[in-house]
Amino acid sequence: MSHSPNFSAQSPGRRQFLKRSAALVIAIGNTGVVSLLTLDEAEAQSLAAAPRAIGPKSLDTWLAFDKAGNVTAFFGKMDMGQGVDTAIAMVVAEELDLSVARVSVVMGDTHRTPNQGGASGSSGCRLGAIALRNAAAEARRVLVARAGEKLGVAADQLQVTNGVVQLKSDKKRSVSYRDLINEGFATDLDWNSRYGNNLTVKGIANPKAPADYHVVGKPAARKDIPGKVLATTEYCHHVTLPGMLHGRIIRPPVANAVPVSVDESSIAAWPDAKVVRKGDFIAVVAASEWHAIKAARELKVTWSETTPPFPPMEKLFEYIRQTPAASNSAKGGFGGAAYDPEPALAAIRNAARQVEAEYEVPFQSHARMGPSVGLADVKNGEALIWSDTQKPHDQRDGLAKFLGLPPDKVRVIWKPGPGSYGRSDSDEAAFEAALLSKELGVPVRVQWMRNEGHGWDPKAPACVISCKAGLDENANINGWYFHAKGFSGWDVNFNAADPRDTLVGQLTGIAKGDAHNFGAPSESYVFPNAVKFWETVPTFLAKASPLRTSHMRAPQEPQVHFAHESFIDEVAHAAGSDPVALRLRHMKDPREIAVLEAVAKLSKWKPRTAKDPKQTGSILHGRGVSVCSTFGGYVATVAEVEVDRASGRIWPRRIFVAHDCGLIINPQALRTTIEGNVVQGLSRTLYEEVRFDERNVLSVDWLTYPILDIRDAPEKIEIVTINRPDQPAGGAGEPSHVTIPAAVANAVFAATGVRVRRLPLRLDKLA
Amino acid sequence: MASYSLMIDGVKREVDADADMPLLYALRGDLAHKGPKFGCGLAQCGACTVILNGVATRSCVLPVSAVGDAKIRTLDGLGTAANPHPVQAAFIAEEAAQCGYCTNGWIMTTVAALEKTPHASDEQIRTLLSGLKCRCGTHMAIMRAVRRASDVMTRSTADNALFTDAMQEA
Repeated sequence: MSHSPNFSAQSPGRRQFLKRSAALVIAIGNTGVVSLLTLDEAEAQSLAAAPRAIGPKSLDTWLAFDKAGNVTAFFGKMDMGQGVDTAIAMVVAEELDLSVARVSVVMGDTHRTPNQGGASGSSGCRLGAIALRNAAAEARRVLVARAGEKLGVAADQLQVTNGVVQLKSDKKRSVSYRDLINEGFATDLDWNSRYGNNLTVKGIANPKAPADYHVVGKPAARKDIPGKVLATTEYCHHVTLPGMLHGRIIRPPVANAVPVSVDESSIAAWPDAKVVRKGDFIAVVAASEWHAIKAARELKVTWSETTPPFPPMEKLFEYIRQTPAASNSAKGGFGGAAYDPEPALAAIRNAARQVEAEYEVPFQSHARMGPSVGLADVKNGEALIWSDTQKPHDQRDGLAKFLGLPPDKVRVIWKPGPGSYGRSDSDEAAFEAALLSKELGVPVRVQWMRNEGHGWDPKAPACVISCKAGLDENANINGWYFHAKGFSGWDVNFNAADPRDTLVGQLTGIAKGDAHNFGAPSESYVFPNAVKFWETVPTFLAKASPLRTSHMRAPQEPQVHFAHESFIDEVAHAAGSDPVALRLRHMKDPREIAVLEAVAKLSKWKPRTAKDPKQTGSILHGRGVSVCSTFGGYVATVAEVEVDRASGRIWPRRIFVAHDCGLIINPQALRTTIEGNVVQGLSRTLYEEVRFDERNVLSVDWLTYPILDIRDAPEKIEIVTINRPDQPAGGAGEPSHVTIPAAVANAVFAATGVRVRRLPLRLDKLA
Repeated sequence: MASYSLMIDGVKREVDADADMPLLYALRGDLAHKGPKFGCGLAQCGACTVILNGVATRSCVLPVSAVGDAKIRTLDGLGTAANPHPVQAAFIAEEAAQCGYCTNGWIMTTVAALEKTPHASDEQIRTLLSGLKCRCGTHMAIMRAVRRASDVMTRSTADNALFTDAMQEA
């Protein structure tokens, strides 16, 4: 691999930093591998720390010790607020026999951390921890071997206690890690030659057996919390460069209108403000952020006359039903899977009874707390970018294509942002800032405004899902049909590795891609004569659409499982079966069965049948169940709701979750992660819907896109976790989120007898 | 542009700004504060909250010219790792943050309320915090943190009151 670019000459701020930095940088041979041997944590995390080349084969790429014997782990994924960095520190501490406090984690810098695929698919621990675990195990082996040489004993006579290698038989004969690392590791790992989520490395040493763990599996305080609470955490939004300009983007009033003319005199009141136009992209930049905001607000643009591109919102589901499919699960997605609905439909037609239902889910917005932000300094054939993207390495590739630079001349530094939850707007501002900086020759910071964060972020795809089942004379299922039809989850790709997937790319003339995926349930249910498939419909607008669609937390699975897990309840009701019992009869995977049984026990589930008496009183009570297995996590949820008969208000009073994600690394962070999944899930279930008219998106702030308010949060979320140290760590960032819509819908049905088949769930007042 | 003298966290700071520029941009910009965040600019989410003369205030819509000689408190000046405010200590103990972008608003709103009336029922806590936005769904941990802070501050107020009473009797 080639040498890293020298970013040190780009700004006085960075030069100063490098002068102050005590980092000792040693280039090793012609591999371009650089190790930072005296790494100060604060400086390592600081603005544009010195680049280090990153060959996954080198152990020095993954771990660097400082002179105090503390270690920095370089992690090619990032934490989005669930404590993944702490989990990585725990895994590294475990293998090195260090305390967690002595491990710091650097995340998501294309010139300091290897490309492990960024935040993606609940894979922080599931995939990302594997390389770090193996690297740390090998580091311990190397250090203990060196200690053995120094002490003149065989390595197997030694043990390690918090970074001190000592003779098992005589603890006074010891040597510290810090005295063993002067020359770095200079050790090669086996690398599977892959980048991204599937990158893995392995040394000679095997990691510890889970039975020997003393750090992993015990609660550890999250490292990110104090900085967030004490206002010391530097977010992407905080980063500034000397001489930078502030950019604001001008969006059209009608989604597909393009600028015809721009009256620059309309912003003459702000002498520091000017217009930058490139193709159909228009921005205002100014030295003062407030001037940029005001000038962007006042700029007079004449837009093209255009036919409004969208159907009326009330026709959304009709559009999905009636529009011929653009792709389907045999052609799209990850590889495709052939299907034939006819045998299932025939079995259902010929059954004694048929159960059918259709479910509708509108567009939803990632609606991050802070809209997109990016800072770019593009000059001298290099680009330095700060971003809160989920995938800095992919974004680096996209920016390189956009700017016409070689990828190794583009450095993306990830900084924490306002959550993410999938392919949100987080990638967009960095591309816009890069274009503006390239055009103007100075650093530019682009900050989206609130209306853009809701109105122009890629949306979770709307869909209509049809389910059918056949029941025989004995109420046994003899046919099963699941058909999801919606907008593509890949209309905007989940990686920003190509500028065609950004607004500014499309506005400056790069044709949008045309990739298709949706989804179908992945649980282990076995039904006779079953078919599950999906189709996608074309997006409304081929360029820069505010209703373009992308991955949003557990991509398409909340939609898919809202339908499928609701429908299983409907079938159970029709068959006169308890919904838990019916699920258990058809499940094959023992881990799914275990979580379902665990949640039934936790919630003291009472078997329910269609014969339950109708409730009286002003508040109606009901419970519903739902199951999901995805990303290596297995979850069963029971929702207990109260419905106010007079107002129709649905309050999810208590939520019970049984959760199995294999090996649990940090039980404390796992619990708060599950709670977040649940509450965000309740918000999507009960409140969230992107509103639009024929001209544009109308959900442009928190009033027009309500989310769950704390008054409507549950009284209690009860969680039982099943730890499986014999299983690999699975995902926890998404699976429990997926169970929420159907659990609540099923509970609403149990309370009221009303089956709501559209998200967000809404009830009129009940008679 | 005019010069404004602002009293922030007990220190007088000079800011050059247009009269209509919201206080948030002074704090985030020249004054380099990390607590108050830009979330909406519409006073809808609370991420920008500061305490102005004891009242939780959305700094994203408050013109800098309207601040006058009001005393401004920010999360940046509230406490330190060695000496956190009881509300900060409670948020750390309960790990009541995910991405943490909204945390400023929840803490500053809680501080303004509990410093006046430390005791709060669970229902009062929900009402107090209503309207603040958290996208990560941290609400359960936030409620635990505010409950914890309320309990601690109620106890310490009671202790202070007892102490004061004892002093007065002596």
